[in-house]
Amino acid sequence: MILTLAIRNLFHDRVRLAVTLIGILFSIVLVAVQLGLYFGARKMIVGMVDNAHADIWVTAYGAKSFEEGGVLLTSRERHAALAVPGVAAAIPILVSFVEWRKPEGGSTSAVLIGTNPEDNGLRPWNIAEGSIRALGAPDTVAVDRSYLTDLGVTGLGDTAQIEKGRVRIGALTEGIRSFTMSPYVFTTLNRARSLLGVPADSASFLLIQLTPGAPLDSVRAALKKELPNSEVLTKAEFLDRNLDQWLYSTGAGVALIGGAALGLLVGTVIVAQTLYSSTKDHLSEFATLRALGSSAGYIHRVILMQAGLSAVFGYILGMAIALTVVAFSEATALPILMTPELAAALFLITVGMCAISAVSAIIKVTRMDPAMVFNK
Amino acid sequence: MTGSVVLEARDIVKELGQGANKVCALKGVSLTLRTGEMTLLMGPSGSGKTTLLSILGCILSPTSGTLEIAGNRVDGLGPEALADLRRRYIGFVFQSYNLFPTLTALENVRIALDVRGESKSETIAKAEAALKLVGLASKLTSFPGNLSGGEQQRVAVARALAGSPAVILADEPTAALDSENGHAVMALLAEIAQDKSRAVLAVTHDPRTLAYADRVIRIEDGRITSEERRAEARRNVALYDLARKRKAHA
Repeated sequence: MILTLAIRNLFHDRVRLAVTLIGILFSIVLVAVQLGLYFGARKMIVGMVDNAHADIWVTAYGAKSFEEGGVLLTSRERHAALAVPGVAAAIPILVSFVEWRKPEGGSTSAVLIGTNPEDNGLRPWNIAEGSIRALGAPDTVAVDRSYLTDLGVTGLGDTAQIEKGRVRIGALTEGIRSFTMSPYVFTTLNRARSLLGVPADSASFLLIQLTPGAPLDSVRAALKKELPNSEVLTKAEFLDRNLDQWLYSTGAGVALIGGAALGLLVGTVIVAQTLYSSTKDHLSEFATLRALGSSAGYIHRVILMQAGLSAVFGYILGMAIALTVVAFSEATALPILMTPELAAALFLITVGMCAISAVSAIIKVTRMDPAMVFNK
Repeated sequence: MTGSVVLEARDIVKELGQGANKVCALKGVSLTLRTGEMTLLMGPSGSGKTTLLSILGCILSPTSGTLEIAGNRVDGLGPEALADLRRRYIGFVFQSYNLFPTLTALENVRIALDVRGESKSETIAKAEAALKLVGLASKLTSFPGNLSGGEQQRVAVARALAGSPAVILADEPTAALDSENGHAVMALLAEIAQDKSRAVLAVTHDPRTLAYADRVIRIEDGRITSEERRAEARRNVALYDLARKRKAHA
């Protein structure tokens, strides 16, 4: 009967139900978009570090992020790292912002990544057209398909210029987006050094791979000792550093999380207001229930059930709209990420939001005078 | 005397309001309800009828005095314990029916059983039986809005009856009804009161209801002023009818 009464109470006033659902829907869409953008941004920021095969990252001291590592490491650091017991490989990669000159004129900023695919450190993934092997050909680069327009090219075989060197597109990836809005451009390590005009042994990072069974902490400690002028970070630490730089130092993450919190707040207030007003309207019925001997818990369950049903209906509608927004965002520079985990979390957030909203209604019912059943 | 004592109130005092606004609504009321008996509580507006009904129904707590229902002392109990007593021993019939407009007749009766934690099949069976008893077997799926006032009050009686309470308390059960429906509802309550396991107390100021009483208690200014048994009550009905006829002739 609790479910029946809750459903009937909800649908009794359809205008109020519509207001409630719009409130929840608005909240869900806002929270989904904000959190989706947050996680989408997060995925982009950690993409390179996540896809690199490295247990430990050696960076120049003070490197703020993958894109801002500088070009300060040399073969000296590499050899020192390789001498540490437990280190199986120390793969150099070069990363730097560069100027990409479009074939039809004009230029844009790009992030050049010099990496030898055969080193199995960091290689372009999700190849959609062409092949990794193509990078071995002179002047060849790989870019993401979604940035072709930004780069002023149309596809495989097109040429452009990086700094003063000519490059040709030999492979296209799918879904390798850059949070900095500067497209990633993959090429070989030596070609990157050549394009940047840096010494032939220079690198931005050393990707350290451990021998099987080697203890991470002790290898890391040994590396720190051997490389006093560099930073030795675990993969998790380097991921955090990238997130700190792009999401928190820039304020972008705070803005996205703040937007989501605002959505939750607005949704909670709207649902609380409508639940409170519904409860107030049905107060004499709740007083009758109390007179019939129902426990306070029974009445609270009716109100919570109303809140729960509102949450479910609002969630279904809100997610339908949110998923449409997510689909439209896929082609944009900052895609919104929606995963089953996030969808489940959003459902729990919605239920929690509605449960919190029910508190004011429950307080109202708790304070009601049961003798009001005799009011004529 | 008829059945056994099922409710006993002694020296009930109830003060309402605070400070300068404090009023003493009940000034030492004592009464007993016996099973198999239909008792009317009569009095003018403001005499304390409804306050007394609220206390006897465990909705309000008295300021002082003792109340015992089916052997259970009520004084000093908290809200949940009082709700438990209501659930187990008391059925209410209200002047405005207090039906849930969004529930059908059957559901309105079922909910009184549902709060007792009874199973769905039990609540359906008992609610159907109660509605059949009040003559509404054909209106199970009707919503209150589609029932007449008399039918709505009969649903309320069925709801009060469904849990087989020891005491049924009715607050002005005929006030919102026309004469015919008023008599029908009172006849129903009087019939229910014949059950040797149950007492019925109806608060009323409608003299038409006197004919259905086994006992009439009059209350005025928070005090019980008289208590009449059935024969006396019937004589008063005759006097009332006579007065009414004279008024009509005049």
